[in-house]
Amino acid sequence: MLRGLLPALSLALVLIAIAWLNPRAISYFGFNLMLNLAIPIALATIAQMFVIAGNELDLSIGTFVGFVGCVTATWLRDAPLGGILVLLGAIGVYALLGALIHLRNLPSIVVTLGMSFVWQGLAVLVLPKPGGKAPDWLLAIMSFKPPYVPFPILAALVIAIVVHFGLMRTSYGVILRGSGGNAAALRRAGWSLLKTKIALFALTGLFGVLSGMALIGITTSADANIGNGYTLLSIAGVILGGGEFVGGRVSPIGAVLGALTLALAASPLLTFMHIPPDWQVAANGAILIIVLAARVLISRRER
Amino acid sequence: MKKLLVLGAFAAMLASGTALADTSGKKIAFSNNYAGNSWRQAMLDSYGIVTKKAVDDKIVGAADIFTTADKEVPTQAAQVQNLILQGYDAIVINAASPDALNGAIKQACDAGIVVVSFDGIVTEPCAYRVVVDFKDMGKQEVEQMAKFQPKGGNLLEIRGLAGTSIDDAIHAGILEGVAAHPEFKIVGSVTGDWDQTTAQKAVATILPSLPDVVGIVDQGGDGYGAAQAFAAANKPRPTIIMGNRQDELKWWKEQKDKDGYQTWSASIAPGVSSLAFWVAQQVLDGRKDIPHDLLVPYLAFTQDDFEAALPKIKEGGVATHEYSQEDAIAAIKANIKQ
Repeated sequence: MLRGLLPALSLALVLIAIAWLNPRAISYFGFNLMLNLAIPIALATIAQMFVIAGNELDLSIGTFVGFVGCVTATWLRDAPLGGILVLLGAIGVYALLGALIHLRNLPSIVVTLGMSFVWQGLAVLVLPKPGGKAPDWLLAIMSFKPPYVPFPILAALVIAIVVHFGLMRTSYGVILRGSGGNAAALRRAGWSLLKTKIALFALTGLFGVLSGMALIGITTSADANIGNGYTLLSIAGVILGGGEFVGGRVSPIGAVLGALTLALAASPLLTFMHIPPDWQVAANGAILIIVLAARVLISRRER
Repeated sequence: MKKLLVLGAFAAMLASGTALADTSGKKIAFSNNYAGNSWRQAMLDSYGIVTKKAVDDKIVGAADIFTTADKEVPTQAAQVQNLILQGYDAIVINAASPDALNGAIKQACDAGIVVVSFDGIVTEPCAYRVVVDFKDMGKQEVEQMAKFQPKGGNLLEIRGLAGTSIDDAIHAGILEGVAAHPEFKIVGSVTGDWDQTTAQKAVATILPSLPDVVGIVDQGGDGYGAAQAFAAANKPRPTIIMGNRQDELKWWKEQKDKDGYQTWSASIAPGVSSLAFWVAQQVLDGRKDIPHDLLVPYLAFTQDDFEAALPKIKEGGVATHEYSQEDAIAAIKANIKQ
């Protein structure tokens, strides 16, 4: 029980700390500013969650998001059809990677680490120097201001509910998680593990694409290095949200909450604390460790 | 007598040109995206020295420094958004990307915040840019090289962090310089990331495949590493353009004492951060005539004056210059004239 509540609890703690340090931040305007960059992080975290559900790890999601960002800020604006094809193709590449990893029984860490350089290289090819511009419709979506509820919170709710329903409430979702939980049982029951792996990786690709597009919708233009930090953030987000590296134990709602917590703890909290500049970088790391350690302590007590 | 004093004080106020509006209650934040090399450390030091005095003198209310934990664009964009929420009046920024922060910068401008970028500048039109003419610096490197190597020959180029505007501008300047001096030919190019260790590794890797090289054109922070790579490979020492780092100038002095080695050194002074601070203060002061693009000179050393500068640079540091409010006013004036 505590385990399921932990992601929400840590988010509440960080929010209370922020409210105490800077009451002005707890407002419609404040949430918009603090959380809009958490949307792409949440999407990247969901992407990472799918591979983790299959006992794999994706070290290329960060540079993939960067690549998608570069495509979004160039081709998707200038030649929408070509841009869409490239992005669909990228999801296809992810599906193929899943097949490759399953068929050749390769460690996903090695394959995706290699792919991270491929995506980075492609990103620099598409956009050799920072620039480009997000398509207008994307800018309009990301700067949408719904009444009462700030857009980032609305977006986080939609992402969490859609993925929760898909992965936790449908029968194929159970199969997908089962491929990480007990692959042997699944195979004996007649399910294709190849198909589940392809599906998981394709979903990762899909949410990676969404993450890159959301990011460019906020920043308005791209940079080949824009997503590099997302690899580790997304893994930390999944774990913070109650996921496990093995066993197909993941939680979409937890992952979204974890991503929001990380986004808030890393930047707003730090900025509002007025830490001397020499210590800021270390403090950022310390906050992450404290938040993650709390989660490990509680889940250990449960055993 | 009393009247005279008041008049005198009034005249002094007018002369200093700072009395347009009161900035003593204004808060200026510094958003920095990286602190991990000697240049950035010197930049933070200069900024700290100048702003501490400005706060003590009650010229501004507060000048806080914020550094992000990684070099990432989204982190800095989030940081800028948080500084907006904190209620700062101005943000001085060394940006992780010239374009990708524009969304956050625009939000800051819309909230009535003055944004002044330097070194890593932002292209959003509402922000101010304090730029060093990096292209001219690159061109000048080849011009200087032509003095030391009048016969010309092969050059090795060391590039900076890929995908940054600074790397792009210096590289463009070098290409322009080589076009004007056809006696030089760039036979190899490596990425040194403005870091001695990275540059040393990169140069050592490409060295065996290179023909004889007479000179190295680079971007600063990579000259000493290149020299080490050449020494380790037992290759003849080329003319290496330096980048004002202490280790580079020290090596230059050692070589000069040994056999009269000649070269040239240039880089952007890290203290340009303090210039950006004063520009922000001037804008807050109510000045409306400040151009959004301010060109400031780079800091260069020649054979004659580098030894005098060397003792003043911290071990492992970089030559700098702390700018004063008068410097900023002079720089603004020079740019208005153009």
